[in-house]
Amino acid sequence: MHSWLMLAEAAAPKGGLFDLDATLPLMAVQVVLLTFILNALFFQPVGKAVEEREGFISSSRAQAKEKIAQAERLEVELKAQLLEARKQSQALVQEAEIEVDRLFRDALALAQADANATKEKSRVQVEAQKAEAFAGIDTQATKLGAVIVDRLLAAK
Amino acid sequence: MPFNLPLAELEVGKHLYWKVGQLNLHGQVFLSSWIVIGALLALVVVGTRKMEREPRGVQNLLEFLWDYLRDLARDQIGEKAYRDWLPFIGTLFLFIFVSNWGGALIPWKLIHLPSGELGAPTADINTTIALALLVSLAYFYAGLSRKGLRYFEYYVEPTPIMLPFKIVEDFTKPLSLSFRLFGNILADELVVAVLAFLVPLVVPLPAMFLGLFTSAIQALIFATLAAYYIGEAVHEEHH
Repeated sequence: MHSWLMLAEAAAPKGGLFDLDATLPLMAVQVVLLTFILNALFFQPVGKAVEEREGFISSSRAQAKEKIAQAERLEVELKAQLLEARKQSQALVQEAEIEVDRLFRDALALAQADANATKEKSRVQVEAQKAEAFAGIDTQATKLGAVIVDRLLAAK
Repeated sequence: MPFNLPLAELEVGKHLYWKVGQLNLHGQVFLSSWIVIGALLALVVVGTRKMEREPRGVQNLLEFLWDYLRDLARDQIGEKAYRDWLPFIGTLFLFIFVSNWGGALIPWKLIHLPSGELGAPTADINTTIALALLVSLAYFYAGLSRKGLRYFEYYVEPTPIMLPFKIVEDFTKPLSLSFRLFGNILADELVVAVLAFLVPLVVPLPAMFLGLFTSAIQALIFATLAAYYIGEAVHEEHH
């Protein structure tokens, strides 16, 4: 049974906890080699993959942002167009209303004038006929008067 | 140890020695580190086999890890230089994390070695010192390559009085890094082993969960501090 202290004091290769030997430099060489191997097999490829993905994500994001901006621009443009179109259609409707109104007034005036003319003509006709009739009655009355006078005179 | 606790059963400080020429190696550390590295590489290979823009399965996990490590490196090192150091910081974190968790989760006891036992590679002082020295080299290299000799202005900022402290810091940084990791992981393994030895059922479970927590935190601390030291070295003073 040995304690580690005894072993540490013992001559190599008796061992011990603090037994330094060629293990040290060889382990260092091994770790340096491992560094190069891991660099080639792990750090380079994984780094490349991660950085490529980061690039892809940032470029995709930039593209998406650009698309959003474009969509917003188009939206504004379309809204302006829509507003313009609405204004135009309103103007058209107004114009058409005015036109219709004018046409209606024209037709009304025409019809009124026509009716007035017809009324006037009828009135004139009626007047003429009345005058004629009055004239007829006058002569008849005169004639009748003469007849009455004649009869009265004859009765005497 | 004077009292007769059967701690020796835990085989603390025993190593499976491999002899390569004149050099002694801790075989169990390498064996378990190869398993850790193998697991890491398998995960990475499976996860990156078919990369897609919409990640699925293991790719998700790997991207999460990558993101986490990138944030860690970027926060500590700064926007300008973190790319150069992300693989290093990330490897430190992944290696330490998988080592620690592997040490806690894999039933190493089932594999019998002639001497010593398998465990977390980070429970061996050699590994942690190796990692800490790599961090020291890394921050010196980072500072010198980015600022040239102006890097040494850092030692006299904000006042030259700081010079001795900053020099001492260069030694305490790797020391604290390595001993913190080593101590935490080894202590955790020991606590679990002792508890499991004394009361084999249920009682070690809270310590095991605490161990998992400690393991993750230690990996994070090591990686964060490494990144912070590098960030300190590459930081440009604004006059």
